[in-house]
Amino acid sequence: MVDSTKSVAFVRTEDAPSLPPPSSAAGPVKWLRENLFATPANAILTVLSLIAIYLLLRDFLPWLLNGVWNSDSLAGCREVLQGATGGCFAVLTERWNQLLFGFTYPTDLYWRPTVAFALFFLAAAPVLFFDLPRKLLIFTALFPFIAYYLIWGGSIWTPILSLVGIIVGYIVYSRLVVSSFAAGFFGAILAAVIVWIVGGSFVPDGFAVEGSMRSVPSRDLGGFMLNMMLGVTCVSLSVPIGIALALGRQSSMPLIKFVCVIFIEFIRGVPLITLLFVASVMLAYFFPPEATVDLFLRVVIMITLFSAAYIAEVVRGGLAALPKGQYEAGDSLGLDYPQAMRLIILPQALKISIPGIVNIAVGLFKDTVLVSVISMFDLIGMIRGPIPASPDWNGVYWELFGFASVLFFICCYGISQYSQWLERRLATDHR
Amino acid sequence: MTIMTEPPKEAFRLSMLINDTRYRSLTFQAIAAIALALIIFYLANNVATNLAKLGLNIDFSFLGAQAGYDINQTLIPYSSQSTNLSAAFVGILNTLLVAFLACITATIFGVLAGVLRLSNNWLVRKLMSFYVEIFRNIPVLIWILMIYGVMTISLSGPKAYLGAEPSKELFLGLFAFTNRGIYVPAPIWGPGSMVVVVTFILSVIAVIAYRRYATNLLYRTGKLLPTGLPTIAILLIPTIFMFFVMGQPIGLDLPDPLANRFNLRGGLQIGAPLIAIWFALSIYTGAFIAENVRAGIQAVSKGQTEAAAALGLRSARIMSLVVLPQALRVIIPPLISQYLNITKNSSLAILVGYADVTATLGGITLNQTGRAIECILLLMLFYLIISLTISSVINVYNNSIKLKER
Repeated sequence: MVDSTKSVAFVRTEDAPSLPPPSSAAGPVKWLRENLFATPANAILTVLSLIAIYLLLRDFLPWLLNGVWNSDSLAGCREVLQGATGGCFAVLTERWNQLLFGFTYPTDLYWRPTVAFALFFLAAAPVLFFDLPRKLLIFTALFPFIAYYLIWGGSIWTPILSLVGIIVGYIVYSRLVVSSFAAGFFGAILAAVIVWIVGGSFVPDGFAVEGSMRSVPSRDLGGFMLNMMLGVTCVSLSVPIGIALALGRQSSMPLIKFVCVIFIEFIRGVPLITLLFVASVMLAYFFPPEATVDLFLRVVIMITLFSAAYIAEVVRGGLAALPKGQYEAGDSLGLDYPQAMRLIILPQALKISIPGIVNIAVGLFKDTVLVSVISMFDLIGMIRGPIPASPDWNGVYWELFGFASVLFFICCYGISQYSQWLERRLATDHR
Repeated sequence: MTIMTEPPKEAFRLSMLINDTRYRSLTFQAIAAIALALIIFYLANNVATNLAKLGLNIDFSFLGAQAGYDINQTLIPYSSQSTNLSAAFVGILNTLLVAFLACITATIFGVLAGVLRLSNNWLVRKLMSFYVEIFRNIPVLIWILMIYGVMTISLSGPKAYLGAEPSKELFLGLFAFTNRGIYVPAPIWGPGSMVVVVTFILSVIAVIAYRRYATNLLYRTGKLLPTGLPTIAILLIPTIFMFFVMGQPIGLDLPDPLANRFNLRGGLQIGAPLIAIWFALSIYTGAFIAENVRAGIQAVSKGQTEAAAALGLRSARIMSLVVLPQALRVIIPPLISQYLNITKNSSLAILVGYADVTATLGGITLNQTGRAIECILLLMLFYLIISLTISSVINVYNNSIKLKER
């Protein structure tokens, strides 16, 4: 055997430093090759996308960047632009208040809906984020009354009386629910109604009373505020109704099941716009002749019924997804139906349904713009009606729709991101 | 030893209606029935009182009366002398037309975007997510109005195309995009055109038969026949041959810039409202369908693709034979409910002046006759029939694809 160390002049004892990868296999070039130009077909797609992006931006960017923000009319904008492409965003800076609050809401009272809007986040926070202290839920319960008082104004006794009625109802419920849920539920309703009737005769009405604010009628509400109010009110009212409908649809009692199925299928089968027509021209016939129910309330009723039917289907999916063992476990513990539902079934079923419910909520919030069809002046109603009809801004179109799109995109995208976060957060199955 | 005894026969007592779970549901249902009857009676009573007070009644005879208004886009013969009922039918057909068109294009947009969202091209993927997020998060009403704006504000009037030296040329010499709508060539059916059409239908049947035969042959013998070129050949050659044999019976009626000084004549005019609602619904619903398609493809587990690859299938065949059949099971039910959504959302056509059933029956007829209750009930009935039909289709499909378990 030949001793290689002797026969060879030089033997390397350590590894040569490794060369950097070729420039085509590292850094941005590699990324480009892998992600944009992997195959000829891919390269064609990339080029097509670039062309599409260019075409989109070619018209849009100058319009956005070249826009005029300070002017008092469209003619003024055109003067500044002198024929160049550019948006007339001055309409937003001039008329933002009408877009947000509608054109009849008293200008000096804008602070009231603004405060209500700010408080809304405080009220929604403990519902949306479970880590926050549970004590905050008390404020959430108070919020509807505060918001009502702030937005509509009027006598402070109206919200206080309704609040007292509900508190009394809750006390009665918590006393009676120990023996029977039905007794607690109906007892609470009865107690609240008694408080309202009795209290109503004591409370002084009229606006000279201490603590009243200037009252704003419902028909003066408008703009994006109206969309927000409809969305928040209808979604929060329709969740309990939807749960009840879903339970009714799963019920073993044929009559209850039949009524719930008919209701859900009927509402889901017709477009929201026909239900809004019902609210605007037909619903008044169903109330007693002496009652006058204003359009806002009628619309809230119809949208709530609409979204309740959709939420019922989502919750039904959640109920159906639970294994049968959960229902049997409730029975074997000796729980009656309301107890089993409240303590075992619904907490799990609702957890499964939350993403679906959030989807319905986003869809419903987008659908609130349909009220502009029945001549309510929400954000779209303002954009289609009063603002372009005014002599100063006659002919403004894209700027207003762009503003509406941005507002809705921010809200809806935010909610759907929250929903995805929540889904990850609630995922307790171990994978 | 056990003594079998019959359980004691209890006599029925009244308290069992509340305390015994066997009878309690009867009690509840009785209470519910009474409450329901009371509510219905109360509402019906209110309606009756209100109607009597206003001197109205429920009466459908207005449907036979003369409508007295014109509709610009109709599929069946209609004039302002026609009845309200035929106006409603015009509306129904228009609703079905726009729903049908939008379903087709929305499926195309949605499938394209959904597949491209899973592409390994970064730019395409991002562009498609951008499309989906933008369109899903902005109300369809805004899209309809914006696209209508593009149609009516940004496009020039038909005048730009008119005259011997127009400021705008017809697109490809065939299409004119104006603020009154899009003008497209209309076919003229000359004598003998039926022969060409029948030939084409026969060749379609022949293509289907040929492809069936090729598949059967493949399964029986493993012999692979070419399908691509023969399909095109069978489809086109006989039809083109007949077309020339019959002396070119089918011509095109082009939009003619010279025929009239004020408007384009000739061709088929697709009105701006129809285009706006059609395009807006397809692109909006397409974003939702894209998500369904993506979810469906991702629901097929990766093992399936890998198993198919291990069997030596090429990637196109993996897609068509393994992934798609399983993905379709997940995609189709939500796809059909998106079709239902399109049909319901087509009622927004009223905003841009497209004469769908909501605009004729629920809009003009309602306002002219004042028959609010009757019109809205009929309108709801129509939409209910459509949606019940579509949901029964979903149920039939779901039953047919249910995994057959033993």
